[in-house]
Amino acid sequence: MKAFSNLLSDLILTSSRNRKLSLLEQYFSSTPDPDRGYALAALTGSLIFKNIKASFFKDLIKEKQDEHLFDLSYDYVGDLAETISLLWDQEIGGNMPRLSSLFENLKKAKDDELKNHIINILNISTADQRWAFIKLFTGGLRIGVSSRLVKQALANYGNVDLEEIEKIWHGLHFPYTNLFSWLENKGSKPKISIYDIFHPMMLAHPLVMEKDLAAANPKDFVAEYKWDGIRVQIVSHSEGCRLYSRTGDEVSKSFPEIVKTIQGNFVLDGELLAGINNEPKTFNDLQQRLNKKAPSEKFIKKNPCFIKVYDVLFFNGDDLRDKTLIYRKKVLNSYFSTNRSPMFLSETIEFKDWNFLDKTRDISDKQIHEGVMIKLVSSPYIAGRPRGKWFKWKRNPKNVDAIIMYAQRGHGKRSSFYSDYTFGVFNREKELVPIGKAYSGFTDEELNRLDKFVRSKTINRFGPVREVEKTLVVEIAFDEMSLSNRHKSGIALRFPRFKRIRWDKPTNEVETLEQIRKSFL
Amino acid sequence: MISIDNKLYIKDIDTYIDPFFPVERAIITHGHADHARAGHKNVLCTPETSEIMKIRYGENCASSFQTIQYGHSVKIGKISVTLYPAAHILGSAQVLLETPKHRIVVTGDYKTILDRHLDPFEVVPCDLLITEATFGLPIFKFNKPEMEILRLLDNISKNRENTFLIGAYSLGKAQRIIWLLREAGFSDDIFVHGSMDKLCDFYQSKGVRLGTLRKATLDNKKDFKGKIIVAPPSALKDRWSRRFENITRCYASGWMQVKQRAKQSQIEIPLVISDHSDWNELTNTIKQTGAEKVWITHGREDALKYWCEKNGIQAEPLSLQHRDETSEL
Repeated sequence: MKAFSNLLSDLILTSSRNRKLSLLEQYFSSTPDPDRGYALAALTGSLIFKNIKASFFKDLIKEKQDEHLFDLSYDYVGDLAETISLLWDQEIGGNMPRLSSLFENLKKAKDDELKNHIINILNISTADQRWAFIKLFTGGLRIGVSSRLVKQALANYGNVDLEEIEKIWHGLHFPYTNLFSWLENKGSKPKISIYDIFHPMMLAHPLVMEKDLAAANPKDFVAEYKWDGIRVQIVSHSEGCRLYSRTGDEVSKSFPEIVKTIQGNFVLDGELLAGINNEPKTFNDLQQRLNKKAPSEKFIKKNPCFIKVYDVLFFNGDDLRDKTLIYRKKVLNSYFSTNRSPMFLSETIEFKDWNFLDKTRDISDKQIHEGVMIKLVSSPYIAGRPRGKWFKWKRNPKNVDAIIMYAQRGHGKRSSFYSDYTFGVFNREKELVPIGKAYSGFTDEELNRLDKFVRSKTINRFGPVREVEKTLVVEIAFDEMSLSNRHKSGIALRFPRFKRIRWDKPTNEVETLEQIRKSFL
Repeated sequence: MISIDNKLYIKDIDTYIDPFFPVERAIITHGHADHARAGHKNVLCTPETSEIMKIRYGENCASSFQTIQYGHSVKIGKISVTLYPAAHILGSAQVLLETPKHRIVVTGDYKTILDRHLDPFEVVPCDLLITEATFGLPIFKFNKPEMEILRLLDNISKNRENTFLIGAYSLGKAQRIIWLLREAGFSDDIFVHGSMDKLCDFYQSKGVRLGTLRKATLDNKKDFKGKIIVAPPSALKDRWSRRFENITRCYASGWMQVKQRAKQSQIEIPLVISDHSDWNELTNTIKQTGAEKVWITHGREDALKYWCEKNGIQAEPLSLQHRDETSEL
């Protein structure tokens, strides 16, 4: 555990990418199996321990430390593992057992022993080890290391291509002994059936026209709508069909009627949407379905879904990922020449120049698409976000002025700053009602000034939340406004973020709730 | 009763403690800029503090200085004023204001752990304690500074190609770090930023052994490999630091207790060494003074106020302006 906690401490304090990579490589080469497998799972977010979650540790510390003092401390530190590791008052200064025995013992412990067992582990070591230990259970290490970076370190360590690791990654199993033995040239490359796994998706870059495409030939690209649903991968073969979300989580159970109907031998890439007969409804409609893990037949009938397919990775056993997009589209066209409901071919947009697409992306009659996608016809299907291949060109955002009402401190690297803001507008009764919360869109400099504003204009405190003087107007950009009975204002904004801070704008010039409802709903 | 207000103004004797603006009569607890300002008429402080103020602001930074040693008193009107060691930096003092019936102690900034280059902190019993609370949260529990220095030295011995740039406040912290390094047996030349060499000379003249110090100028550029440079924290991010190659940024401060904070300031080796009291020191001192009432001047006052009230002690935050955490960084 000491080696692992040193690794985490070093990683969090290192800003250089190369230095991070070499720290990881050093760790993998100097740590035996299966401990390094545990570490790898933790670093890539796949170490899951069912019985112990963040709330377990919160309850534990509240038995030892005054609850209010804990709240104040947590609010200040902004990281649960770190707060608890610092507040823990027992310290013998020894070392925790190695990762693998630590976890095996936890697995063996009966429910009623678990608590005492963990208290003992926390007691015997240093704050740094406690911090690393608790981080293993509280989800998201937040140490500035992405899964991709960890895989890059593995690639460097084994002197193989990152793509090779990405392609087999989802078929590998904890504690990754076969992976390490391949990387160390002691064993062969792990064999994985294409139908057993999720294949990492190809992602698009947000388009900056002047930089990315102004000089490009439109003929080299195809355009499609950017659908406002969730991205899914359809993995189907003789034994059935599975759906995966963008992050590789299986979501088949939420859409039983779809996986039941799909037949064939392929891996497809598309967008899951609410609606029927290839006519999409809004993301809000889809949300109803996403909230239900195991929907009833009645519920499914009321909230039908379908899939718009735009790419194919494997077809009848052939790996098409190295073929060009135009080739893959041909395969899709011929497959969809017959009715494949609930799957439909995602239509391409005919265009001659970028101007046409620029207009198209803003046509948003029913807000069923959120812009256009522009893809290089010669692009292979590459996992991750390769440069210069796929672009997303979102609709221009809408803007609204609102008044800052509450603020809360951020987490992770923003832990000391008041960076989460609730804003609102006046309703008919001249009452200020919240319409949303935003965390982004400001520069570091602006954040400093906002933070000062919050600290000096606080009029009330509710735990970690500060109520501020209602004097500061901000211009908020958002993608979509919809009706919502969750909020007092009756509206909800999709992806709100700061556009500008109107330090000098008087609050009485802000449009009222009635006015903004009229213009956006 | 002695009457003192939330700006630390003592009405009976028309005197301020650590005022931010020029006044007729001021008592100065120590030489840091957020406590000692230039332009007062009459200043009462320790001899070391008056020397520090003259080094920083010039000989004429006050019309007149009256200095008293630790443990000595002067009488102003009906009030007797005594200065006691605060063990924050050289010359730092707590102020006892005393009448036969009433005792007020203003701690200024202080720490209570033993720091052999300074006079040890003394607990001064009082009715009203006016305390700092820079690190007034129970997460702040500082390790022995010697351990932090060993961690640094270990790192230096493993990375002889790097230059170790330590951010430390020019007055007090910088000298303490250098002194701790010398106590740990580090005998290499240490390079210092131009803003602190006079203050280092001053510490040496008071018998604090800092060894051979050299200026971190470009003429010495080739000599920095595997060496330590001490500079004020602001210089860490400044253009000034770009002249050195292979820098490892270190920072000596109590704030470094929180990893996320160290990460925010892009510090690779955080040294948790503070000249302020940690949570246990603050709460123990409050108990030991026997104060019935506590005023909290600056820092994380919420938690300390809560702790006081839970322990049956009245507490009020003063929220003195100009003294927030950024002034410490």
